[in-house]
Amino acid sequence: MTTDGATRDNAFLTTIRQIADDVAGQHAEEVDQQARFPAESLAALRETKALSALVGEDLGGGGVSFPAIAQACFELGRRCGASAMVFAMHQIQVASIVRHLNCETPFFSDYLRGVAAEQRLIGSVTSEIGTGGDMGISVASVTPGSGGACTFEKQAPTVSYGEHADDLLTTLRRAPDAEPGDQVVVLTTRGQATLEPSGTWDTLGMRGTCSPGFTVCAAFDSEQVLPTPFARVSAETMVPVSHILWSHLWLGIATDAFDRARAFVRAAARRSPGTPPASAHKLSHVMSDLSLLRAEVGFALREFEEMSAEPGRERLSTMAGALRFNNLKIAASEQAPDVCRGALGVCGIMGFKNDTPFSMGRHLRDAMSASLMVANERIHATNASLLLIAKEV
Amino acid sequence: MNAEIRQIVANHGRLPVDIDTLADGADLYQAGMTSHASVSVMLALEDAFDLEFPDRMLTRDAFESVAAIEAALTELRFGAVA
Repeated sequence: MTTDGATRDNAFLTTIRQIADDVAGQHAEEVDQQARFPAESLAALRETKALSALVGEDLGGGGVSFPAIAQACFELGRRCGASAMVFAMHQIQVASIVRHLNCETPFFSDYLRGVAAEQRLIGSVTSEIGTGGDMGISVASVTPGSGGACTFEKQAPTVSYGEHADDLLTTLRRAPDAEPGDQVVVLTTRGQATLEPSGTWDTLGMRGTCSPGFTVCAAFDSEQVLPTPFARVSAETMVPVSHILWSHLWLGIATDAFDRARAFVRAAARRSPGTPPASAHKLSHVMSDLSLLRAEVGFALREFEEMSAEPGRERLSTMAGALRFNNLKIAASEQAPDVCRGALGVCGIMGFKNDTPFSMGRHLRDAMSASLMVANERIHATNASLLLIAKEV
Repeated sequence: MNAEIRQIVANHGRLPVDIDTLADGADLYQAGMTSHASVSVMLALEDAFDLEFPDRMLTRDAFESVAAIEAALTELRFGAVA
C-alpha cells in the first residue's frame, strides 16, 4: 500500500473508533432495548462520509482500502452490534457495485458519485420467500415494459434496515422466462420502490438492525441492472465480502465480551491481592477461543486480498474459493457466541444481570444471530456438495 | 468427445430441456442446470474420461456450456493449446 493509502486508512479508522466509542457505544443499550434503528451512529457515519469510504476518490469517495473497512466493522462491533451490522451490510452492497464497475456501467458510476455526495444508505433485498434460503435462486424477475422501463415485485422475508435504507440492491431472475439460477442485481433508488411491511422486527438479538419482511415493488430503467451476472458478483464479491465483514463484527462483539470478563477478573484480583481469582483460569480458556477466532478472521481477510489482486480474480470463482469463505462463516459464527458464553461464565451473576459494567446479554444475543444469517446448515449442505469434487481445501 | 459430454450432461445435469435443443455454446446454467447438478456432471465427467479436474478448473465458467467442457477436457488430456 502507498503511504497515501495508509494515511487515508489510519485517518478513517481514527474517526471510526471515535464514533464507536462516543456515539455507537453510548446508545447501544437503548437501541437494543427498544429495538430501534441506531440513528445516532448512522448520522455520525454520514457526517464523516464513512458510507462512501470504499468508493474510489475519482468518484468522490474516500478511497479507503477493504481491510480498513473490515477493521471498521470490528471497531463498531465492539461497541454496538447493530450499528456494525448496518455499516457492514451497506459496505457489502457498495463493494458489489465498486468491484464490478466497467465501461458498460455509467449508471453505476454516477450512482456511486451520489452515494459519496449524499451519503445514501443501501439496503439489501437478497432473501426471498419460496427459495428455501438459497440466495443463488430467485422467484421474482425483472419484468420489461416499453422503452427500457422495467418493474419487479419481490416477497422478502427480511430487508436490511428496510425503511431506513435510501436505496435497495435486489436480486432477481434476469427475465420472466429465465431459470431460477439466472440472476441479476438491480439497484433502485428511493422513490422508485415501495415497501409494504409483511412482518415485524422483535428479535432476540441484532434488534437495532430493524430488518422486517416487506413486499418490495419497484419501477426502474434497464440501465439499473448490473451487467455482470449475479453468479459472478456473488462468487467474487457478495459472498466472501459478506462473510469477511460479518465475521469482523462478530469478532468485535466477542472481543468486547472478553474485555468485560477481563475487567471483572482484574477487579476481583485487586480485592484480594496475592491469590489469583478462580475466574482468571476461566478467562484464560476464553482467551484461547478468542485468539482462534481472531486468527481465522484475519487470515481469511489476507487470503481474500491476495485472491482479489490476481488477474480475473479466478481463485474466488473456484470451488476451493467458495469453500474457503464458507468455512470462515461457519467457524466465526460458531466461535463468537462461544466466546461470549465463556465470558459470561467468567463474570457469573454480574454478567447475567443486564445493568452492570459486565453485562453479557446483548453480546450473547447479538452473536446468536451469526449462525442464522445464511443458515449454517445450508452452508454445510453446499460444502458437502463441493467437497465431492474440490481437491485441495 | 462431444457426444459423450452431451450424454453425461443429459444424464446428470437435470436440465428442464432436451440437451439436443442446445447449441454447443449455449449456457447450461441459463438452461436450468443448478450448481448442485453441475457437481454431478463434473463427477460423471471425471469418471467417464478417467481424469481429475484440478481446483483451478472447478469454476462455474468452465462448465457453462458443452463447448467449455470440451475445451477443459481437451486441455487436461492433451495439454493447453498455446
